[in-house]
This record gives sequence, C-alpha cells and structure tokens, in this order.
Amino acid sequence: MHLLLAAGFTFTGLIQQVVSGAGAGAVYATLALALVLIYRAMDVANFAQGEMAMFSTYIAYALVGGDFGLLGTKLGFNGLHLGLPQAFWIAFAIAVVASFGLGILIERVLIRPFEGAPLLTLVIVTLGLFSIVNGLAGFNWGYVFKTFCCPFPQSAVNAGGVSFNYTDLGIIAVTVVILVAMAVFFRYTKLGLAMRAASLYPESSRLVGVRTSWMLALGWGLSAAVGAVSGILVAPVVFLDPNMMQSVLLFAFAAAVLGGIESPVGAVVGALLIGILLALVGTYIPGGENLRTPFALLIIVVVLLLRPAGLLGRPETRRV
Amino acid sequence: MAPPDSASRNGHALLELRDVHASYGPIRALHGISLAVPAGSVVALLGANGAGKTTTLRAVSGMVKTQGSVQFEGHEITNGRPEDVARLGIAHVPSGRGTMTQLTVWENLQMGAYVRRDRGAIRRDFDRVTGYFPWMRERRHQVAVTLSGGEQQMLAIGRALMMRPRLLLLDEPSLGLAPLIVRQIFEIIATINREEQLSTLVVEQNANLALKIAARAYVLEVGRIVLEGSASELSRHESVRKSYLGI
Repeated sequence: MHLLLAAGFTFTGLIQQVVSGAGAGAVYATLALALVLIYRAMDVANFAQGEMAMFSTYIAYALVGGDFGLLGTKLGFNGLHLGLPQAFWIAFAIAVVASFGLGILIERVLIRPFEGAPLLTLVIVTLGLFSIVNGLAGFNWGYVFKTFCCPFPQSAVNAGGVSFNYTDLGIIAVTVVILVAMAVFFRYTKLGLAMRAASLYPESSRLVGVRTSWMLALGWGLSAAVGAVSGILVAPVVFLDPNMMQSVLLFAFAAAVLGGIESPVGAVVGALLIGILLALVGTYIPGGENLRTPFALLIIVVVLLLRPAGLLGRPETRRV
Repeated sequence: MAPPDSASRNGHALLELRDVHASYGPIRALHGISLAVPAGSVVALLGANGAGKTTTLRAVSGMVKTQGSVQFEGHEITNGRPEDVARLGIAHVPSGRGTMTQLTVWENLQMGAYVRRDRGAIRRDFDRVTGYFPWMRERRHQVAVTLSGGEQQMLAIGRALMMRPRLLLLDEPSLGLAPLIVRQIFEIIATINREEQLSTLVVEQNANLALKIAARAYVLEVGRIVLEGSASELSRHESVRKSYLGI
C-alpha cells in the first residue's frame, strides 16, 4: 500500500486508467474483430490486417485533406477534398466501403490461387501482403507522421472526478455498434448464415448451392471494412504513418487469443481487458510504458499454454 | 436380365450417365458405368463397400474428376461445380449426412433453401418438410449436434427437400442407424416419392430395403455395373440374393 501511495496511487486515478485503457482497448477490439472474421472463414491469422487498416486510413485522410501523395502529384488531383462540415464522417464511410471492395479484390487476386494450400502458405502470403501494403503507403505518402483529426470533440466530461474524454467514449460506442451489427448479420441474415456454414461445412454448403469461394471473398471484404474502422479511429490518437498499426496489430492478436479467436464477443472482451491491463502496467509499474509490448506477448503465450480456446472460445467443437 | 449397357434405352431419363470413369488421383474408382434415372422413379444403386457407389453420386455432383458423360434433363453436367449442379435442381445428401452440426435444425433447413428467393414458398416448404418429420417443428431451435443419428439423417433429407429438387441423391441413408430407424427413413423416402413424384437415386448396402422402395436397381462391383433390372427381377436374382440379401 505504501508503495502504491508512493507511486501516486488514488482510487480515481485507477478508474481514470481503466477508462482510458478501455478506450484504447476498443481500438484493438475493432482490429481483433477483423482478425476473427478471417480466422473464422479460413483458419488463418491475417498478418496484413493492420496494414490493410492503415491503408484504409490513408484513403480517408486523403479524402478529408486532399493529400493523395505521390499519385496525386503525378496525376494532378492533390488538393481535391471534401469541403463539407461532415467531411470526416463522409470520408470514413467512403473509406470503409472502398476497403470492403479492396478486401474482396485482395482475396480474389492473392488468396484464391492458394485455396486448399497448406495454412503456412497462406500465412506467408499474408506476410507478403503486409510488406506490399506497407511499402505502397510509404512509397506514396512517405514515412512521415501526418495529422488526421478528429472525429470526436477534443474535450472530456467529468463524472465523480474521473474524466471521460469524447474520443474514448466515441471509439467504444463505434466498437459496440460494429459488434452488434456483426452479431445481427451472422445470426439473422441468410447471407450471414451462409458465410458461417461455408466456413464450417464447405462441402455440405456447396451441395445446397452456396458459392463458398465467394463467401470467403466476402469475408475478406467485411474484415477489411471492419479493420478500416479501427485504423481511422486510432489515427487521430497516434498520428498517421505507414507503421502506425503494427503495435495495434500485436495487441489485437493478444486480444483475439485471450478472448478466443473464433469468438467476436470474446475478441471485444479480450481487447478491453488488454487495453485496461496495458494502461495499468504503463502507469503503476516503473518504466512500465516500455513493457507494454512484451506484456502483450506474455499474454498470448500464457493463454495459448493454459487455455488455447481463449476465455469465450468453445474448445474442440469445430470440424466434426 | 438385360446386359449392363442399356441405360440409354429409356428416352426420358432425368439423369443419365454414359461410360463414366472417375478417379481420386491415381486411384481409379469407376471404370465406365452407365445408368439412368427415369423421371419420377426411385432407382437403387447396390454394392459392397468400395464398389464405387459413393463415387457415382460424387461424379454426378462434380465432387470427383470424371470422364464420360453425365446428363441431367438433357444438359451436360460432367465435372460441373457442386454448387452449380445443386442450383440445377439436384439435391445430394452425402454419406455421413453432412449435418451442419453447430447450426440449429431450422438453420439447417434454411440452408437447404439458400438459393431460393420465394419467401412464401419456403415457408410452405418448411410446413411440408415438418409434415414428414413432425419432431422438427418443436425442436427447430435445437443445435443439430445434439440430434440422434437417425434425426440427423432425417434433417439431411429435410434440408435436401427444402431445395425443391428435381432429383434426390441419397448416399447410404441407413449408415450406422438402428434397423427400426432405417425402416422408418425408407418409408418416408417411399412416401415422398409417391406424393411428390420426386426422382431419387439411392445408394445402399442394405439391398433388402432399397429394393423394396426402388423401381429399378443397378449392382456395382469394383467400379463396374454387373447387373441391372427392375427391383423385383433383382430381388429374385440368385447372386443378388446370395451376396446382398443374405438369403
């Protein structure tokens, strides 16, 4: 207790860390949801998920600010931008839809040729995609930090000595909306049902007429769209640059593993826990700010050792 | 007894296989078989384990690489993709039932109606299917993995019926089920054929039951058809009685 007090421990301080940790966790949650979508569809961890989200964020950034990078300079359309009061949210919507299309395109061009290939092959392909997307963004926009501001008001509300800033609240709200939308889509729509069936029972699904290969493409599209939300929400917090999603991806992996990589709800719960834990580690352990990444890796290892299905995953119920 | 090459004799065959060969990589499973399923009738495909019965159905659905000719309603469907063959109106209930175990009974049936857009008719077909299998109505929210083997088989047939198929392919509906359940299932298959004139090609090791509901039958041995004829002819045939009826 004395030690904690010496470190400046107060109860409201703790709650404050929990709140801002949850805000960061919500960003990991959206990327973790994107990972879960592809994992459920094809059992592959998509290492390019973060970079895809980063690229989507550049699309939104370009639409808002008119900075289309080298491409815009060459073709002479830099400076064209959405001059509207709601520019950020319109750009957000366009970038999400564009990402959906790009996700489908990536699956058709890069993943489809490897249908039925060993999983390791697919993992290597996603690693290749990681460096391609990173390189393209770096080539076009350069490896410099850009400011991309701001979807939510830069202020906070105070409640009981704890300040909730609108950015955290907004990110959490968007995450909840995505989670609910995904749950409704997969549970109550015919297409969502077919996507579930196609990934779990490809043969039976084809025998009732499901084009399973397109279901996979659709999974990539949805995943890219959800990932885009993650990138666009985090960019105002961390600044925009081609490497901005790399630590987020690691935390998202930790979250997905912790919650159960098959479970969307698990991914969100896992992400919030990770966000809060990392905030506490950063605050209450001397020098803890630098321990966040190793800590995330530690969580991955411990969960895989003790409970490979994760907190909310159902062990051994698949592929009967 | 007709020689085993006269499949094309029937001019109005719904499904017709001519000199079909199929192989899994280097292993050849079918060595040129010909058979026909006339519209509205039940045809049985008999034979021991490994004779090529399942492969024959897989050749129809495009699930195995095939040479020769497979025609459905006069259209060439050889090596079609399974999803395209299904969309033409062929419902294939695979061996082992292909139950979507983590989905509910209702979701399994919905998957059967996946390519259809006619909501009202789908609703009516749900009533029609649960007319054959009344237990599905009360238990439609039950997850399929908790069903018994017989119930899973019925669900697989129900899912196939939800496709409103013109041809039903049944792969060993008796597999691993108790005799009483098997009899029940065959009675339902016969009823469906009688009431809806649904053409059916059923693969079975249990020749006794299959010959009871079939109009015609073929006997397969190591990838070749060795006997064919009407069900009553075959059930009187000496070698069929010995090898497959256990008499």
